[in-house]
Amino acid sequence: MSTQKGFEEPSYLEYKGKYKGIFSWILSTDHKRIAILYLFSLLTFFAIGATLGLLMKLELIAPGKTIMTAQTYNAFFTLHGIIMIFAVVIPGLPAVFGNFFLPIMIGAKDVAFPRLNLLSWYFYVTGVSLVLISQFTGQGPPDTGWTFYAPYSFRTTGNMLPAVFGAFVLGFSSILTGLNFLVTIHRMRAPGMTWLRMPLFPWTLYATGWVQLLATPIIGITLLMIVAERTLHIGFFDPTLGGDPLLYQHLFWTYSHPAVYIMILPAMGAISEIIPTFCHKTIFGYKFIVASSIAIAFVGYFIWGHHMFTSGMSGTALYTFSLLTFIVAIPSAVKVFNWISTMHKASIDLQTPFFWAVGFLFVFMIGGFSGLILGSLATNIHLHNTHFVVAHFHFIVFGGTGYAFFGAMHYWYPKITGKMYDSRWANTGLIIFFAGFITLYGEMFFLGMRGMPRRYYDYDEIFHTGNIFSSLGAVVMYFGLAVIIINLFSSLRNGAKAPSDPWGGKTLEWTIPSPPPVENFEEIPVVTKGPYNYK
Amino acid sequence: MYSTTGIEASNYVSTYNTAFYFIAGVSLFLLIGLTITMLYFVFRYNKKKNPVATQIEGNTFLEITWTIIPLILALVMFSLGWSGWKPTTKPPKDAMNITVVARMWSFLFIYDNGKQSPDLIVPLNTPVKINLISLDVIHSLFIPDFRIKSDIIPGRQKFMWFLPEMEGKYKIFCAEYCGLQHSYMHSTVNVLTQDKFKAWYAESASPVTVTGNAPGAVGEAIMRAQGCFACHTPDGTKLIGPSYFNLFGSQQTVIRDGKEINITVDAEYIKRCILQPNTDIVKGFPSTIMQSYRSTLSDDDILKIIEFLKTLNDK
Repeated sequence: MSTQKGFEEPSYLEYKGKYKGIFSWILSTDHKRIAILYLFSLLTFFAIGATLGLLMKLELIAPGKTIMTAQTYNAFFTLHGIIMIFAVVIPGLPAVFGNFFLPIMIGAKDVAFPRLNLLSWYFYVTGVSLVLISQFTGQGPPDTGWTFYAPYSFRTTGNMLPAVFGAFVLGFSSILTGLNFLVTIHRMRAPGMTWLRMPLFPWTLYATGWVQLLATPIIGITLLMIVAERTLHIGFFDPTLGGDPLLYQHLFWTYSHPAVYIMILPAMGAISEIIPTFCHKTIFGYKFIVASSIAIAFVGYFIWGHHMFTSGMSGTALYTFSLLTFIVAIPSAVKVFNWISTMHKASIDLQTPFFWAVGFLFVFMIGGFSGLILGSLATNIHLHNTHFVVAHFHFIVFGGTGYAFFGAMHYWYPKITGKMYDSRWANTGLIIFFAGFITLYGEMFFLGMRGMPRRYYDYDEIFHTGNIFSSLGAVVMYFGLAVIIINLFSSLRNGAKAPSDPWGGKTLEWTIPSPPPVENFEEIPVVTKGPYNYK
Repeated sequence: MYSTTGIEASNYVSTYNTAFYFIAGVSLFLLIGLTITMLYFVFRYNKKKNPVATQIEGNTFLEITWTIIPLILALVMFSLGWSGWKPTTKPPKDAMNITVVARMWSFLFIYDNGKQSPDLIVPLNTPVKINLISLDVIHSLFIPDFRIKSDIIPGRQKFMWFLPEMEGKYKIFCAEYCGLQHSYMHSTVNVLTQDKFKAWYAESASPVTVTGNAPGAVGEAIMRAQGCFACHTPDGTKLIGPSYFNLFGSQQTVIRDGKEINITVDAEYIKRCILQPNTDIVKGFPSTIMQSYRSTLSDDDILKIIEFLKTLNDK
């Protein structure tokens, strides 16, 4: 497909519609402008969450009180969790890159329901605000952890009901985005783009859409039950009313475990775009990668119980959840094998996004393998709720989703902004970030094996050495993050103008100008080949 | 560096090790193998060395191979984990019974003869079954050197059991986040030889061990066993609950049914605070944190506590 020359329409950045200034953004129904709204909201929340994380690690550099009290520390890990999970990684790649590129990659002018799309951003902002406000309007600071486990969360002086209501509103944002993407993919693919000619990023958004649509309503049911318990004193979760705290854990994880796949599937999709582009080679095993996404989305519904192996479920439940946890590892492994095979006999252009993809593969493998150790029952009863879990989780969610997000950021930056970034600074930032990341979270595996529980403000002297390493890693990683983000912002002013296809990509977004015009395509393209056709 | 595996002191260590080293070994082998392969491809097939890529769509045989082999490995890992875990559900019939009562933020171990201890004292090579009771929120009894933990859930009957295989003292941590002092909710398992244990077990008919005979010593020992000092200090430091320092006989403003009233701290008031802790809340402190001690403390115990509190006034 050739670049469409002589395109007269203004780019989405220039065309303001009928509103001016900030209103041209917050009232826009253009999927690209909504994506930018999400991007800036996400980056703001991410900066807050990362700073809270850094302060926590500084507190842990020595036993006893270092820079804050136990009350502050407990509030910080609660807010860090809530912000990072609900405001950053769950909306994550779909809300930003999905909104921007899904319509373009399948050859459409917008998503199926542009107004619903804008509404879901408002739900997102409202939901996050509600959750945050709830944390500060109770009798005391928030201190429940992001899991709000009963009965502690009901006894603490924080505001439980608005917090879950906030999560419920956020859930609607998630459902609407999922629904919008599903309909867009079903109804709006360009002529000739059959299902098996669709690029892999839209495929993962499709799988994610179903998870969002089917898993998120559980939050609503949980909310109703909490309301009934608080107001009508029907005992669901609180043992003093005759309820069962385990029921709360089941409901919480029935949503929150599939939510992990909402986080990771689109990340896998972004990696599946970056690798063939920089290899100049068609992806290895396209159909198997598609099938593995569907398999992960499906099996992912049935493994929530592995968060509860020490809580006292029946043996049969433990057996089943552990077995299914091992099964869900297989499709992820298949993806890794296919990505690495794509590099075989390729012609690799070593650019920043590709380095992020390589980094992703390394940390994602560590995250996945440590997940096997946690999925096994005999080892879980020792490692559950220790720093080992914290390490595993950050390798998967920050290592997986985070690396893919930054990879996607550097991959699509020229298309979104119309500018090239300084790749030397981008690579320097990546190296610093990577070194800090491995030191920070790698050490936590050993702390966990030695027995250091998570959510610990203070610790025994035996854990001191490990914590020094980990905290220093946090400082280095934070510095790397700053280099990466400052470079991207300064390139907005100083970067060279981006061509329409700077990397030699073959998917549809590289056939239109950078930044894309308001309507994306002058003429809807007709697709005649598969997505990564380098012949 | 320091040891990352800790001490190996119970019957669960060998099954834990089997599962852990098998999974970690296979994982490390695959991680290193895949990373080296990937890096080799990156160097061998970069643009300079290989200007034109060979287009390969895929290979069904490879796809099936790398689905089946990992599946078999995963099933072996699963079964090792399962078989290592299974014994935790089946305590031997002759196991010694101990009940742990967990509350914010301490453990109390109660023995069949009525003996109580804030530390877990157990005999070597004797299976121990611990009944898990929580008075307030979810806690988790975690003994890293034994490779075992179990959540303690309010309102649920649960147990854990283990066979201590090495003499010595080992840490106990609470592994489920339970509020402000969570990281200070710890204790010790003390594994004694059979003889030493028998001596300790028969040592005193009194439920608590008292050292010295200063006034209030019995009361202090009861309070230590009940974990009172996790929230209330004897020296005036403010934690989540009011300090005992200069408390007895003082004037306090408390909130009863939403109204502020002034009271004098007397024996009647102390007893009410222990048995109905949420009737009067001292101004400036949170409500609903403390549970009633009706089931664990007798009237006589409370009198001994009051005797101890009287010694904390500086005159």
